[in-house]
Amino acid sequence: MAVGPLTLPILSVITWLPFVGALLIMFTARHRPRAVRWIAVVTTGISTLLSIYAYATYNHEAAGFQFYEKVPLVPPLGISYELGVDGISLLMVLLTSIIISAGVFASWTVAVRSQEFYALLLALVTGVYGVFASLDLFVLFLFYELAVLPMYLLIGIWGSTGDVRPRGIFAWAYRETGVGTKEYAAMKLTLYLLFGSAFILVGIFALYVSAGAASFSFLELEAAVFPLGLQRWVFLAFYVGFGILAGIWPLHTWSPDGHASAPTAVSMLHAGVLMKLGAYGVVRVGMGLLPEGAADLVWLVGGIACINIVYGALSAMAQTDLKYVIAYSSVSHMGIVMLGAATLTEAGLNGSVFQMFAHGVMTGLFFALVGLVYEKAHSREIGKMGGFGNAMPGIATAFTIGSLSSLGLPATAGFVAELLTFLGTWRSGHRWWLFPAVAGTFLTAIYVLRVAKQIFWGPPSPQFQHLEDARGPEWVALVVLVLVLVLFGMAPGLAIAPVDTATVPLLARIVGP
Amino acid sequence: MTLPTRLPLLVLLLPFAAFVVLAVVAPLRRAGARAGLLSIAAMSVAFMAALVAWVEGFRGEATWSWIPSDGGPIATVGVLVDPLSNAMLVLVTLVSLLVQVYSLAYLGDEPPASLGRYYTYQSLFAFSMLGLVLSPGFLQMFVFWELVGLCSYLLIGYWYQRPAAARAAVKAFWITKLGDVGFVIGIVLLWSATGTFDFGELFARAQEHALAIDGLGTIMFLIYLGAVGKSAQFPLHVWLPDAMEGPTPVSALIHAATMVTAGVFMVTRAQPLFALVPDVLILIGWVGAFTALLAATMACVESDIKRVLAYSTVSQLGYMMAAAGAGAADAGFLHLLTHGLFKALLFLAAGAVIHAVGTNDIFRMGGLFRAMPQTGIVFIVGTLALAGVPPLAGFFSKEAVLSGVWEAHLTVPFLMLALTVLLTAFYMFRVVFITFFGRAFEAGHPHEAPWLMRGPLWLLAALTVAVGIRLAVGGGEHEAPGWLVPLSLASAFVGFALAWAMYQRGLVDPATFSTALAPFDFLARRRYGIDALYAGLYRALVLGFARLIGWIDRYLVDGVLNVLSALTLRAGAGLRGIQSGRAQDYVYGVAFGVLLLFVWAQLWR
Repeated sequence: MAVGPLTLPILSVITWLPFVGALLIMFTARHRPRAVRWIAVVTTGISTLLSIYAYATYNHEAAGFQFYEKVPLVPPLGISYELGVDGISLLMVLLTSIIISAGVFASWTVAVRSQEFYALLLALVTGVYGVFASLDLFVLFLFYELAVLPMYLLIGIWGSTGDVRPRGIFAWAYRETGVGTKEYAAMKLTLYLLFGSAFILVGIFALYVSAGAASFSFLELEAAVFPLGLQRWVFLAFYVGFGILAGIWPLHTWSPDGHASAPTAVSMLHAGVLMKLGAYGVVRVGMGLLPEGAADLVWLVGGIACINIVYGALSAMAQTDLKYVIAYSSVSHMGIVMLGAATLTEAGLNGSVFQMFAHGVMTGLFFALVGLVYEKAHSREIGKMGGFGNAMPGIATAFTIGSLSSLGLPATAGFVAELLTFLGTWRSGHRWWLFPAVAGTFLTAIYVLRVAKQIFWGPPSPQFQHLEDARGPEWVALVVLVLVLVLFGMAPGLAIAPVDTATVPLLARIVGP
Repeated sequence: MTLPTRLPLLVLLLPFAAFVVLAVVAPLRRAGARAGLLSIAAMSVAFMAALVAWVEGFRGEATWSWIPSDGGPIATVGVLVDPLSNAMLVLVTLVSLLVQVYSLAYLGDEPPASLGRYYTYQSLFAFSMLGLVLSPGFLQMFVFWELVGLCSYLLIGYWYQRPAAARAAVKAFWITKLGDVGFVIGIVLLWSATGTFDFGELFARAQEHALAIDGLGTIMFLIYLGAVGKSAQFPLHVWLPDAMEGPTPVSALIHAATMVTAGVFMVTRAQPLFALVPDVLILIGWVGAFTALLAATMACVESDIKRVLAYSTVSQLGYMMAAAGAGAADAGFLHLLTHGLFKALLFLAAGAVIHAVGTNDIFRMGGLFRAMPQTGIVFIVGTLALAGVPPLAGFFSKEAVLSGVWEAHLTVPFLMLALTVLLTAFYMFRVVFITFFGRAFEAGHPHEAPWLMRGPLWLLAALTVAVGIRLAVGGGEHEAPGWLVPLSLASAFVGFALAWAMYQRGLVDPATFSTALAPFDFLARRRYGIDALYAGLYRALVLGFARLIGWIDRYLVDGVLNVLSALTLRAGAGLRGIQSGRAQDYVYGVAFGVLLLFVWAQLWR
């Protein structure tokens, strides 16, 4: 393991800078909306530049966890503030930076309580960075909660209300819990995720105790040997706990409601990065610490992933609300992530991590666009829209590029991710996984192009007058995300090269070298 | 990297550079015609470079790592230069160039921003097709294959505000993507079995008989499915006629040099692999011949001039595929090249006609030869070439295809193709007689197209003749049976005579003819119900199933979980009664608890 020279604690700076920004916003920028935005831009901007720097200087030959930092917090319990990134987490840190940079610009027009909005958003981002960078499970869990909880307020206060009515045989239950409102969505999302984190906490403690209750450090737990029985059920706990956040079927339904109700930047971050947190947790903590348990249970992970892919795509096709379409497409695409990991092959695992990145950027782009369309047209009903391409060519172009990545068109990041996953499936122990995965991409082509055609093509709808294209700061968000999608699609080596240094040793631990 | 690879790479990168400049520099793109000039300039240089590569007979290969992995790259990108790709490069750059020049006039009335968008797509289209042609392996071919599909989607939907164009674009994408599902599964399986996408390595192993993979037949069949979609073979041919919603020059490009030729090119390129699986080859031959015949019958009843040409393309693609299936891929490829010339010619000439009269319907045209003799002449040249009349280019390639199919003992496909020769001559001369000779309609004042449009037409007509003569002089190595040429000429003549008798002389009433063949007429006019079948399947199966899943997700899967939360709420509400706030309730509670403890202590001591 390579330990960098003790100079600037770069990961800590990346992680905490947004939090500092949040504090600054709360205490210095009262009633100064421009200052709020600029503080957000500057703090996330520096974090982004530093992540790019870390990404560029990561040593591929040495591999392992780099930019390492360690400060003991509670020595008797073995809790320490321990940070470090390998190829996988580094890409995730980069993804977080890209999405938050775009998200800050995409929510430029938030008018209500923008001070609190930006402060919560930045606090949340610190939590996300922290999860990806932490090597101490206890601290990781704290960051995890920091990333999940602000969501409740962000959706409950700044969210919007969708059009879902209680129906079906369980209508009575919906009437009691309420449905479709932003408060319902916020509560649902938070409860689901907290339910999941209970599993995670139990799993972490089980490992901690079983390894001798000496340390929460990932690196030390990695060296410990756990009995197979324990590995199985703890892996299952991590799979369910983190998996809820990754949208695994049938525990995914918080995602459509939550993402549809959330304000633009929050949907972007949530679908773009937080769902990856779940997948990352399964891969890093679940598969990394419990190799035999994971190998024993991949049939379940992969099988559910296949359901996710096809079921998510079909559900997306059935939606009439634009935000729900995008939200269900995330459920489908996260299936590719989980499937790639479940193949336990180099290509599949690389595809999985690449898909985390690709889907993050793509869905971030989608939610940014949907937010823009909603802001200009004040409608999310696909059926009512039409011919927007004429008035908003820039948005239409970006939406098309996002769609193409979504359906896995070459030269976009989505293609590489899906291709690698496909290659992995046929070499895994469950060849048939290939077919639902490929079917999913075809179904995706159907629903995304149908939506793009309905919204942007055709004769202009007379109901919508005075539509306009994206403006100033909004362009920044769109251009950044589109460029990243195309760049990583054309030069996938940019991401695969570092990721491969981390997936190969991980696989070696699971299936042998 | 040496000149033989560097020059084709230049051919590839020039349109790409034009695309990037047009995509990024918005003011230039919005300038319309100037954007076109940039694109045309890039294409002309690319064409000349391609010509040099072809004349010099360059060969070579250069690859770079694309997707790295621990044990060497999973995928590489690069260029593979050989006679096959050289010939194709010339065709693609030539047709693209002429189409782009022609479009300057044809789409001259478009708003500048739209025209700029058009040329941006055109450049990307040329780049994609060139990248496909130069692919050194299946993966890169698939990458550009999909990009070609994307560009067709964008260009068919160029007039995106027209509902029909929007529908046609999406339909084209979906149908070809359906074939691509097979393609991608095929290459994944092939990679899993061999560990490589590389043509050179695969062919070498095939030659050494070291490619004994289980299920190679299945793999090649799946890969062929991709070509079925792209090259509009039955039953995935339905997108091509609808693709006529795009501007006419786009149709010329799609039908002559890009997109539909991709499938034939792929099968030709992968010939060494297909040769290992004779069963699949026979299937390809049968499907090709059947497609040729089926499309020709539909062309006979079509009244939209562009759609006639579209069906004729489907039909001719059937010839090419049949040749590939018969193991005579060279003949199929030759037909691809000659067909590229005269089909571009026909489409562009049809575009000039449509430009002049403002309609696609041949029955609303007539007597146009007097108003636009130049267009008429070149259209007739194209028609003769398509009908297979010597010494035009189409004759030799078609003979080569027919003799190849005959020698492979595919007798029934051969008969279908021979019948198609008759139908081809019939439907093409039907168009010629109705459009250029019949009674003149007094709708507007048709006039000859401007020089920017006529120039490419004459050039293509000249090439159609020149290539034919070149083939007549130099291409005598085909050992065709002696009766073949008379047979096909006779078939073509019968077709011509029928068209002449029905539409020029009125000797035979077309109506009596169609009543005599009523069932065929009925079916062909309804496209044999294949489109309706797809539409029905899509609506009933895909959308219906999606709606079902959507409902299940919302009201069952989510419902069950919501029931849990409702029950929790109820339990909470029920238990709330305990916390009543009245002191006496709590006292009762304490008393009851003490009593319970007392009883428990007594019983379990």
